[in-house]
Amino acid sequence: MSQHATTYVPKSRFAKWFESRLPLAGLVHSSFIAFPVPRNLTYFWTFGAILIFMLAAQIVTGVWLAMHYVPQSNLAFESVEAIMREVNYGWLLRYLHANGASMFFIAVYIHIFRGLYYGSYKAPREILWLLGVIIFLLMMATAFMGYVLPWGQMSFWGATVITNLFSAIPLVGDTIVSLLWGGYSVGNPTLNRFFALHYLLPFMIAGVVVLHIWALHVVGQNNPTGVPIKSGKDAIPFTPYATIKDMFATIVFVMFFAWWVFFVPNYLGHADNYVPANPAVTPAHIVPEWYFLPFYAILRAIPDKLGGVIAMVGAIVMLALVPWLDTSRVRSANYRPLYRQFFWAFCAVCVLLGWLGSKPPEGGYVIAARVCTAWYFIHFLLILPLLGLFETPKPLPASILETVTGRRGGSAMPVGAAAAPSTKG
Amino acid sequence: MAAITATGQTKATRRDFMLIATGAAGAVGAAAIVWPFVASMAPDAFVIAAGAPVDVDLAPVADGQIVKVFWRGKLVFVRNRTPKEIEEAEKVNLASLPDPQPDSARVKEGKAKWLVVFGNCTHLGCVPLGHEGTYEGWFCPCHGSVYDTSGRVRGGPAPLNLPIPPYTFVSDTKIRIGEESKVPPKAAAA
Ligand code: HEM
Ligand code: FES
Repeated sequence: MSQHATTYVPKSRFAKWFESRLPLAGLVHSSFIAFPVPRNLTYFWTFGAILIFMLAAQIVTGVWLAMHYVPQSNLAFESVEAIMREVNYGWLLRYLHANGASMFFIAVYIHIFRGLYYGSYKAPREILWLLGVIIFLLMMATAFMGYVLPWGQMSFWGATVITNLFSAIPLVGDTIVSLLWGGYSVGNPTLNRFFALHYLLPFMIAGVVVLHIWALHVVGQNNPTGVPIKSGKDAIPFTPYATIKDMFATIVFVMFFAWWVFFVPNYLGHADNYVPANPAVTPAHIVPEWYFLPFYAILRAIPDKLGGVIAMVGAIVMLALVPWLDTSRVRSANYRPLYRQFFWAFCAVCVLLGWLGSKPPEGGYVIAARVCTAWYFIHFLLILPLLGLFETPKPLPASILETVTGRRGGSAMPVGAAAAPSTKG
Repeated sequence: MAAITATGQTKATRRDFMLIATGAAGAVGAAAIVWPFVASMAPDAFVIAAGAPVDVDLAPVADGQIVKVFWRGKLVFVRNRTPKEIEEAEKVNLASLPDPQPDSARVKEGKAKWLVVFGNCTHLGCVPLGHEGTYEGWFCPCHGSVYDTSGRVRGGPAPLNLPIPPYTFVSDTKIRIGEESKVPPKAAAA
């Protein structure tokens, strides 16, 4: 998996026999036990582990829900109500799954913004970053289709509005939409295929996660200084240090998760989704789940159907292009005084877009959404390329160790040459 | 993969033939098997059969009333327009419309009272609210598209007028949606 020479030595006869046939234990050892971790990582680096936990949690609760759920438009709503009222602990499974999706997105947004702040997308981590963007896209598709399954009013109209986005595509748009629907409007065939895909996509996510971690273990982790590991003294072994820290952070996150599930399980949902789907009436305010709101605000900010769809897709394309849009050779915003300010402005714009996405599209809200949308793209297309040319970064520390201890020395661990393949930055 | 002979010239071998033949068969086979997978996602025979024409009795529809019916799973508005609504729909300056169409092209000849249109906003498919918005035609609550009493878009992000389903008058008080009338609407020919 990684290029680190494994230090694993099988002890028992069975372990030797097995290792010479399939070196699985050696792989796990080099990736999760001996793997060199920068010694200055903060809790922002625990969200990867939290995300893996959340994916597993969604799969487990989802499979259990699927044992009771019926993907048929006349029965779906009833079956979800039956899960809530009749199935033993069904309410718990459903609240875990529904709130779990939100927790998954909270974690992924922290994870992405961590990367944007510390320049984790820069060489040699471009492929790692792109795999992350693919995971994000798959997550959005999965969550969207999951939200359709309870077949309430928001499910139905959310599905209608989002699938209709494709009708903006010139020439083939209407054909694509009818292939998505399997009919002339959102209906039973749509629900059926969405369930099949909602079951499938999380496993595809799991596959891409394996590639993501593989890429990570080839190039090594970034860290708050952005300076690569230069000697063994900059690193500590994954186990026990990262293992225990990741576990601790995950448990704290689970407590946060549990607070939503047990105290405000419907806060992040919409009351309208407890009304069965009615194709003759659209709810007065249709808004997507909170994690889609910034993109929804961008869609509505453009007063043209195709233009709105292009802007919304473009907002995600920006993320994929960021490794090449950012021209600065310094990774971490800690050493980039200007970028640091623009970064926080960008965060504020994203949060503001999210808030605007939940408001009706009228008057001042529309103007504000347009200004924020413009800033979103200016940040990526103008500020990132230009800053790298005009900004004077602060001097970088000589090594990770220096920033941690303020001196040279300390216990060393062996690191493979591959942990620091980059000389850039 | 052509073998290089002693003289340095390339010569097609039997392996080259195998490569091209296998590759061609594989490509044709792959294309042929993709088609059924894509086609299976299209509306199936049941869904199409459910598109049989539906009859709507107009007698109980009061002046100014809009009724909602379904054809092929799609919502259809049948609107009994008042003389004032008809007049407003007819006296519009066509050049000012995003999707210019005279009112006469949107109703059957001699039946200007009855407007029959699909009931999903041409923006992203929400159901617009009747008798609302600037022109008191329809107003879409989702992203603010405005339609007039002819179902034509007059503002907002919707690009097109509410489309007209195929329908015909089987009697003075009954229409059949899903079957086109033999006589084309007057102005459509113009
Ligand atoms: C990436 C992981 C996943 C995410 C983000 C996700 C998200 C969602 C969301 C947002 C809902 C709607 C919840 C509601 O409001 O009721 C949902 C429902 C559902 N999901 Fe998932 N899901 C994931 C994985 C899975 C998996 C692996 C299965 C396995 C079969 C599954 C099965 C279901 C079922 C049966 C429902 C309908 C019951 C219900 O609405 O609670 N999900 N999902
Ligand atoms: S769906 Fe009607 S305005 Fe967007």
